[in-house]
Amino acid sequence: MSNKRVVSSTINGQQVEFLTEPQQSLLECLRDTLGLTGSKEGCNDGNCGACSVLINNRLVNACLMLGIEIEGKDVVTVEGLADVHELHPVQEAFVLEDGLQCGYCTPGFIVATKALLDKNANPTEDEIRFWLAGNLCRCTGYDKIVRSVRLASQLMNDAKEGLQ
Amino acid sequence: MKPASFKYYAPESLEEALVLKAQYGDEARILAGGQSLIPAMNFRIMQPTVLLDLNLLAELSYTSSKDSAVLHIGAMTRLSEVEDDPLIADRVALLHESLPYIAHPQIRNRGTVGGNIAHADPAAELPVIALATDSRFRVQSTNGSRWINSDDFFRGYFETAIEPNEILVELEVPFHVTNTGWAFLEVSRRSGDYAMAGIAVLITLDRDYICRQARLVYLNLSDAPLEAKQSADMLVGETLSDELIEQVANKASEEEIMPMESLHATVNYQRHLACILTKRALELAYGRAKET
Repeated sequence: MSNKRVVSSTINGQQVEFLTEPQQSLLECLRDTLGLTGSKEGCNDGNCGACSVLINNRLVNACLMLGIEIEGKDVVTVEGLADVHELHPVQEAFVLEDGLQCGYCTPGFIVATKALLDKNANPTEDEIRFWLAGNLCRCTGYDKIVRSVRLASQLMNDAKEGLQ
Repeated sequence: MKPASFKYYAPESLEEALVLKAQYGDEARILAGGQSLIPAMNFRIMQPTVLLDLNLLAELSYTSSKDSAVLHIGAMTRLSEVEDDPLIADRVALLHESLPYIAHPQIRNRGTVGGNIAHADPAAELPVIALATDSRFRVQSTNGSRWINSDDFFRGYFETAIEPNEILVELEVPFHVTNTGWAFLEVSRRSGDYAMAGIAVLITLDRDYICRQARLVYLNLSDAPLEAKQSADMLVGETLSDELIEQVANKASEEEIMPMESLHATVNYQRHLACILTKRALELAYGRAKET
């Protein structure tokens, strides 16, 4: 007998309803049920951060939440950052600074970076490294990622000044 | 789908949660932040048959200080909320200092104070802080609520004094008194990892810088947070000279802690770490006590 329940929430700005078994992780719901495969599965125990998403603007690991727990919540995944015409400044910065090699960890880093810059618009290198300690990259050695975050901070601050 | 299947309840009130806990007892695992439980379920180390999700209970998420001596923290308060709380940074600096050591931002945004304590991992930070600050815990059942002191609460690996029909609902932390110095230090292989050794120190001096009270509590150097009472007693009534600090560090690391060898640290290495951490933490706490 199916144990499925209906969950309704907002994902990347859209009202969504989906069916889930209670034991399905949020990551599984996002990837397999909703087709949002940007968030990646790495370790399943909260070390790698490849599945980082925002729930009500807070950075969490989607593998360590049940899908059923996002009832009524506002979820943003990496797919929700760019608009139709242009990349989000964080994505732009990772491209310009070559902040990726194989790319598997990149969606997690980008979402985590957005969360950092929303909280702290001008992080120091120490603050960047400390904040991103929950995201693992096996290719870059992190320096290019840190440079990407610094550029993203600059791009976002410039954009804000441009608006004023 | 990684976890085994379970019955899922998300009660909308504490009363409802307590009735379910009374009904299912040990069978029902509490889902608080889930940052230890869900990985254990993902790997099927744990296969609870009933999951009681407390995330709808906004009534258990708060920090409040009705009187000037203690702070109450609701069990479902997220770790990052405690980390960012200015009152805690100001009045319970030891607690504030320990928070960044707990895993990563992703985990602290979801993990809860109650979950960190009730899980009772000997490598967890908050049980050590609770013991060092002489905090106590309120647990509740359908029969009412009771307070448990932190030195009665932790019983060993993942074991606490919480009864099967009870739910941990609140933590009570005394504010630091004046002339109190604090220090929290760990050694781990990478930032955010479980520490191989750690220590929390709280010392209170009188006007002449003589130590009136001292607590030394060790992390991951026994099967539960370990308070080195005899070593701490050596400090009381004394000024903290380098010689005394050395003696206390030797006593605590050689005689009082009970390290269990792990893949990453032999017993000798853990004793070595404990000795060095004790010296550093006492020097830091003593300096801070003189400044406050």
